[in-house]
Amino acid sequence: MNWENIEEGAIITHDIKKSPHTGDWRYMKPQVDKKSCIGCGQCFSFCPEACIDYDSERKADIDYEICKGCGVCATVCPQHAIKMAKNT
Amino acid sequence: MNKELTKHLAPGHSTCAGCGIPAIVRTVLDATDDLVVVVSVTGCLEVTSTLYPYSAWKVPFIHSAFENGGATAAGIDGALKALRKRNKIPAEKKIKVVVFAGDGGTYDIGLQSLSGALERGHDFLYVCYDNEAYMNTGGQRSGATPFGADTETTPAGKKSFGKKEKRKDLMSIVIAHHIKYAAQANVAYLPDLAKKAKKALELEGPRFLLVLQPCTNLWKYATSEYVRIGKLATETNFWPLYEYENGVYKINWATEKPKPIEEFLKTQGRFKHLFRPGGEKVIAEMQKEVDEDWKRLVNLVEV
Repeated sequence: MNWENIEEGAIITHDIKKSPHTGDWRYMKPQVDKKSCIGCGQCFSFCPEACIDYDSERKADIDYEICKGCGVCATVCPQHAIKMAKNT
Repeated sequence: MNKELTKHLAPGHSTCAGCGIPAIVRTVLDATDDLVVVVSVTGCLEVTSTLYPYSAWKVPFIHSAFENGGATAAGIDGALKALRKRNKIPAEKKIKVVVFAGDGGTYDIGLQSLSGALERGHDFLYVCYDNEAYMNTGGQRSGATPFGADTETTPAGKKSFGKKEKRKDLMSIVIAHHIKYAAQANVAYLPDLAKKAKKALELEGPRFLLVLQPCTNLWKYATSEYVRIGKLATETNFWPLYEYENGVYKINWATEKPKPIEEFLKTQGRFKHLFRPGGEKVIAEMQKEVDEDWKRLVNLVEV
């Protein structure tokens, strides 16, 4: 007998869309000044959530669904292109 | 969401805002193209990445109890070897076993199983993210907590200045097992960590990485500051970056004029009591210890 013959006990399925979003944690919102962003990617790897990626013009683009608003990106940015503002 | 960086660990896990642990995990796992099996012992990473019924892991993941990260990795290594012997896994398919454990699971509770696995020479990489106390349960002291730190179980007050004992020198303990590769890294220096992880993952046998991970909650600083505080830890020689490979020590980052330890201490709430009257003595002692440790390390390199 191998594992394929074992009868299924129970499978719990969950709807990923109903899962909590860490974007709800945010009270300060990082905003990228696309003019001064040089697209160096410094913030990508330091962002704890890895929620920053290039947009179509190779500038930093933040995914607000998962951004927790910690502000690490604003401190590591060599151009000071990311500013924190109150979440509205 | 950055697709490149989230190949192994998905975002949306519940680490505190401004925590560097996911950056460590991503950097270490991205250093290899081979398949990985991740072992994580109880600790911040495990409780935040595997909140029932969700999991942030996109790679095979096993959670083991606090004290047996090393033993679990040894078991997986043994199972892989047994399956290879029976030709169940093709020889060209490379699989790496990576353990992520906090300082509680490494310095204190998991030390015996880590020691056993290192001594038996199993093929695995052990990564310890060191946030210098049991942060997951509210910041109790651990073997990694530095001298003078205010923690929940060593509170600073009128009669006490925080922890009275010196931090355990884990790197020396690990190196004493005659392993091939061990390195001390810092989350604020990610390229250095990536280089060390790549080197470690390419080798065979037991390898060890000790990574400093500032904790925003219980080192008590603003959520945006982990990179700056991590950098200060290295710039003050509090956390030197070095590696040990086949009996040779190598320092990866050094400066002629290290900053005074105060610059690192004053950024954090856990050392706030040292800046009240009477704290100068403790700071002077910390500075002395840091200088002595640095001298010892430099001597090891030159020998």
